[in-house]
Amino acid sequence: MRKPAAARGTYAYRVFAIPTLLALLSALGLLSALLGDGVWDVLSWLTLGALIVTIVRHVARPARARYERS
Amino acid sequence: MLRTKTIKFWYRIHKWTSLVCTAFLLMLCLTGLPLIFYHEIEHLLGNAVEAPALPEGTPMAPVDDVIEAGERLYPDEFVQFVSWDPDEPDIVYLSLAASPAASPENNRLLVVDARTAEVLGEPVLQGSLMFTLYRLHVDMFAGLAGKLFLGLMGLLFVVAIISGVVVYGPFMRRLEFGTVRSDRSRRVRWLDLHNLLGIVTLTWALVVGGTGVINTWADLVIQLWRSDQLAAMVEPYRDAPPLEGLGSLDRAIATARDAAPGMVPSFVAFPGSLFASNHHYAVFMRGETPLTERLLKPALVDAQTGQLTDARDMPWYVTALLVSQPLHFGDYGGMPMKIIWALLDIVTIIVLGSGLYLWVARRKTSVETRIAEIERGEAKPLATVSREAS
Repeated sequence: MRKPAAARGTYAYRVFAIPTLLALLSALGLLSALLGDGVWDVLSWLTLGALIVTIVRHVARPARARYERS
Repeated sequence: MLRTKTIKFWYRIHKWTSLVCTAFLLMLCLTGLPLIFYHEIEHLLGNAVEAPALPEGTPMAPVDDVIEAGERLYPDEFVQFVSWDPDEPDIVYLSLAASPAASPENNRLLVVDARTAEVLGEPVLQGSLMFTLYRLHVDMFAGLAGKLFLGLMGLLFVVAIISGVVVYGPFMRRLEFGTVRSDRSRRVRWLDLHNLLGIVTLTWALVVGGTGVINTWADLVIQLWRSDQLAAMVEPYRDAPPLEGLGSLDRAIATARDAAPGMVPSFVAFPGSLFASNHHYAVFMRGETPLTERLLKPALVDAQTGQLTDARDMPWYVTALLVSQPLHFGDYGGMPMKIIWALLDIVTIIVLGSGLYLWVARRKTSVETRIAEIERGEAKPLATVSREAS
């Protein structure tokens, strides 16, 4: 079933919002440890570590009855 | 929304670039995993040479004494490089070759105490497990051709990642981010995992893959620098007579420090070697912050008189190579970063393996069926697909 045009227009946003956020976090993490030590290293661990946390959270999540977008 | 034809095109790109590079990428990820912890593993195996503890503030020996200690031990060999490790301030490394201009590939490495100028040991490189993994990872024991080949595989990997992102869109149209349909067939579950793990590690894999490709061009970059900047710097010595004996290296280093204030020596290339001219000590100075520590500024010092000939910042292509190294190795943020690097490497192995599995599991289906599945925003269980195909 086709969705109204308005809903389809937000396709890129719906699909790519979280990936874009993760890409920005990754870039920040990769660069920060290069720029300095101490707090810059910690920032890098937190942002890159968030990628691992994201994976673990979604893989460990129990199957849901409905996963399709409403 | 992408048109069906466009999706088909990108799907094919993703499939073929992945198929060609997957075997090599798996090898690179597997050998790269222990290489992240190279230093730690060498320490554990007892292959690392360590400096003894001496009272705080023990003065450093002249570098000339360090050179002499190495030459006394191997009188028939020639020092090509002297280097320092920012993390091991009490150690000087000497790299010796059969002749001043020999290719440094099989050089002997000596570890010398920077304070007493005593030779501490000679780490075994050739034949050790870590060295074998290292060579497999860098050039598969095939020299420049091996490096360039792996670089090509890395480029295909980068294209596979980008095309993977393009087909990720239509696949995920009807699904929440990170959905793993674990109640469906095994193939659907792995498809979802492949999408999730791939999209989360996207930027990291692009950066590590891309900087790996740049590293395969290191030999070419060095040759370019030699014929470009180095040649220009030593132009006044074009017709100079051959060197007669070497002057003091300590004096040359002092000259280089004056020419590059605020910087410290990273390594010195001796006359005739890959990184120097026939008449100069090339003293490569580095900065002291995490970023500038990686950037080098060569000071060419006349090896006889100890006078400065020229000192210039490296051209952009060498700087690009130097910056790409930490981004590939993951060695610039302490042990937590190394562990994250290893975890992301393992995730990449799963993405590669699941991609291969998905290709095998779907071979029976036609491209049109797959596109239709993508269009519907779902992938059918394998059972349905094989029923249709038969």
